[in-house]
Amino acid sequence: MVPGVGHLVLGRRQLGVHLLVYTLIVLGVLGWRWGRFAHAFTTTAVDQWVAALFLVASLVGAVGFSVWDVRRIARRPARPHEGKSPMRIAMRRFRANALAVASVYVILLLYLVAILAPLLAPHDPATIEHVLETRYLAPSWAHLMGTDEFGRDLLSRAIYGARISLSIGLLAMLVAKLIGTTYGAIAGYAGGWVDNVMMRAVDVVIAFPTFYLMLMLVGVFEANILVLVLILGLTAWPGTARFIRGEFLSLKEQEFIESARGIGLPPYRIILKHLIPSALSPVLVSAAFSVAGMIGAEAGLSFLGLGIRPPTPSWGNMVSAGQDALLVAWWVAFFPGALLAAVLISFSLLADGLRDALDPKALMRRYV
Amino acid sequence: MLLQVRDLAAYFFLDEGVLKAVDGLSFDVDAGETVALVGESGCGKTIVALSLLGVVPAPGRVVGGSVRFDGVDVVRASPAELRRVRGAGIGIVFQEPGAALNPVHTVGRQIADVVQLHRGLSRREADAEAVRLLGEMEIPEPEKRAKAYPHELSGGMRQRATIAIAVSARPRLLIADEPTTALDVTIQREILELLAHLQQDFGMSLLIITHDIGVVEEMARRVMVMYAGKLVEVGEAERVFREPKHPYTQGLLRSVPRLGSGRKAPLEGIPGVVPDLLALPPGCSFHPRCPLGDASCTFEFPPLESVAGRLCACYKVHDVVTI
Amino acid sequence: MARYILKRLLQSIPLLLGIVTVTFFMIRLAPGDPMGMYLEPQRQRQVDPEVIELIRKRYGLDQPIHVQYVRWIANVVRGDFGESFRHRRPVNRLLAEAIPYTLQLTVLVLLFDALFGIALGIISAVKQYSALDKTVTLSSLIIYAIPGFWLALMLVLVFSVQVNWFPTSQTRSMDYDFLSSGGKVLDRLWHLVLPVFVMGVASAAGTARYMRNRLLEVLNEEYVVAARARGFPERTVIVKHAVRNALIPIVTIYGLSLPFLLGGATIIESIFAWPGMGRLTVEAVGGRDYPIIMATTMMAATLTVLGNLLADVALTVVDPRVSLEGKPRAP
Repeated sequence: MVPGVGHLVLGRRQLGVHLLVYTLIVLGVLGWRWGRFAHAFTTTAVDQWVAALFLVASLVGAVGFSVWDVRRIARRPARPHEGKSPMRIAMRRFRANALAVASVYVILLLYLVAILAPLLAPHDPATIEHVLETRYLAPSWAHLMGTDEFGRDLLSRAIYGARISLSIGLLAMLVAKLIGTTYGAIAGYAGGWVDNVMMRAVDVVIAFPTFYLMLMLVGVFEANILVLVLILGLTAWPGTARFIRGEFLSLKEQEFIESARGIGLPPYRIILKHLIPSALSPVLVSAAFSVAGMIGAEAGLSFLGLGIRPPTPSWGNMVSAGQDALLVAWWVAFFPGALLAAVLISFSLLADGLRDALDPKALMRRYV
Repeated sequence: MLLQVRDLAAYFFLDEGVLKAVDGLSFDVDAGETVALVGESGCGKTIVALSLLGVVPAPGRVVGGSVRFDGVDVVRASPAELRRVRGAGIGIVFQEPGAALNPVHTVGRQIADVVQLHRGLSRREADAEAVRLLGEMEIPEPEKRAKAYPHELSGGMRQRATIAIAVSARPRLLIADEPTTALDVTIQREILELLAHLQQDFGMSLLIITHDIGVVEEMARRVMVMYAGKLVEVGEAERVFREPKHPYTQGLLRSVPRLGSGRKAPLEGIPGVVPDLLALPPGCSFHPRCPLGDASCTFEFPPLESVAGRLCACYKVHDVVTI
Repeated sequence: MARYILKRLLQSIPLLLGIVTVTFFMIRLAPGDPMGMYLEPQRQRQVDPEVIELIRKRYGLDQPIHVQYVRWIANVVRGDFGESFRHRRPVNRLLAEAIPYTLQLTVLVLLFDALFGIALGIISAVKQYSALDKTVTLSSLIIYAIPGFWLALMLVLVFSVQVNWFPTSQTRSMDYDFLSSGGKVLDRLWHLVLPVFVMGVASAAGTARYMRNRLLEVLNEEYVVAARARGFPERTVIVKHAVRNALIPIVTIYGLSLPFLLGGATIIESIFAWPGMGRLTVEAVGGRDYPIIMATTMMAATLTVLGNLLADVALTVVDPRVSLEGKPRAP
């Protein structure tokens, strides 16, 4: 019943350890912050509900999956022979890459912290009181990252900032990939002059350097979170569009499509069955790079004062605030930026790891 | 004895495991003779060639054995000694004619560079020699061709250029790795004739690596049959082909249409597939596909024994009946 | 060659037209009156309605949109981008003043990048798996991923604030005018160090990674093995054969950096208060100074198109396999 234990008993160590550790973390948070957790259900603040419900739901999910999976394994007499399917090989290669695996943990941890922000943050990120006494305090046990110019606890602000930066990054990437894939699919599938026109449009968008395009859009539209996500997504879709279109085109050429059509398979089946496997890995890799890019772009824009504006904390605008205080309070600029760097580095390592793992390395074969 | 190879072993150290491309090869090549190394794709033939020159690419390397050429053991030689052997002692022609030529240098320049390196000519002399060599390779309009880039030439011409480079330093041994595989049938004949001419004119030994039995019959006096990194049958070509003793050789010959064999023997493939060099069967690597294979073949790879005037590595060689 | 370039330029016209059009309509999409193009929205309320009408008439804003569009294009072609709100000066003048400052930075950055990036990439590829290689690979990944503005601030913190080795910002010191001419040059250089270093290091990191991957690919090519097999010393094999081939796509990358060359780095310039194109753009965006925004964005996009052309031409020069038409020369 306890998640993880069952798997450990059955010899599935990796899965077991992960489940167990996660459950312990969740229980730990529940225990440590029981007061806030209980309180969350009485408020109307959406983010508190989200955090609390997430905790509960993930615990339930872990228990449920654990029970179900253990039963499933117990029923089968022996493990099926480990095939050499491309997915398996890729997974094994990825896991061999220690840095990539570590990055995955870092990223998941940060996202977890971001979701649970209301529960975890030691202080309220927004309250300002006794400014003269609390401003620019150096890092200490009370304030692990120090305080900023208004006496707000930097750690709490950073945690809330994580929510903004990380979610914007993820959402913007999804927007870009979604638009790009749809656009590219339509263009590739339609072919002919439709494709031509659509690709000319892509050329125009691509001609604008990404950051400049973002700047222009931000200059034109007021940037709140939603608009920012849209802007970031709208500047990055052409790359994916071109790629997906290319895949479609080459797919159309291939003979087995003709035969599939001949049998009478409907187009969407063709798409699902053939396009997705071949396009999946490059898109996955590019998605990982893309999230990093989006987070970085949002941070850059916020730093310049053109993205998320204070008092809403975003790592970017926190660093910017720190710039003025560089002489007296280096921590204000240091910590948010360090977190940003950590996230970006992790995503880059992750993307690199994915790319290496999925890369069909057949270099040596041809020599033999 | 021009070339003496003993227990040559070259392994590739991959993530998936150790790939034993060449595992204990021993053979000799005499001055002036033509020897063929035969085997299917994937049996390690090319690696043998690369090992003789000490240019096995990472993640592979020669792990044991010796290659004695002209008083030097290539496996243990110093970089300076190696540089003398490569090109001037042993020349090599690669399989893909285009791939062995640097795409951003003209063909003439590439030949001239080798000539300058090994024969100490000046730049101008080397350029002239390059044109002359191209002419010797029966390339029409050699001055024009010398100024061309590899991609501007046809496959056949590129192969001739590669051969020109290989012989430009007058090596004593020329290795031709699948010299005709990538070419049209009509060109194949021309290239083979060219190689034979060059061998006579320069008095070189020729080591031809191929999977094409026809080429062997055409060119070689001695043949070595290779399977999964090891030699299985070695002897005079005529004798081996007339009366193959190793089941693999027999299978190979049965699977190739032979003009003049006289009988309407059906073409048969060898059942099974070439083993993955990362996971070789225990004992004799061929035994899973061998009609004569049984439990006694699973302990150790059979040693080459002298049988009927050639060497054969098979425990069942005395039971084998030629079909 | 000249004909090819001309042809390509003519072919780019539709694209350039598209860029101009997009920019035009983008601004029109801004919430509020297109009058915002010519008169800051805040000020509009303070001004007499009759004056607004006059201005409207003068800039043709009362005309139908397609007329405005044509006028806009005509202006652009003539190089007239209008007047900046905040500076009250013609935009082209502002651009002309900003570009030299940007060039000071970007040219040096590209040189730094070429020097260190390529060299490190080559070394780490040649000595693959060595300690040096692993250090370079990992640190270049980290440096490349770190947000530039944070890196800049941290460097400023360490090198300017803690240890007063370099100035924190600006292009010249306050006592510049009193320095000797030699001193002036030195002062300029002194101020250039940090910004160039920050951008250069990040850029070089990317180049090093790319160069390393590229060279590793090339080192596995058959003609490299062949060169070695022909007896060439290792150094010749690497330099004359491998590196020569590996550099080919790098050339195109430098061609593509044309927008960067003249467009500058928005963030770094802002941090160091460097009066270049980047900072101009950022301030314009912050202040809703549409004429500048439009001008710099269009310039950036146009430079990208030109950069592509430059990269393509450079490629044909460096790689004999690629002909001007983009098709491989027939054998």
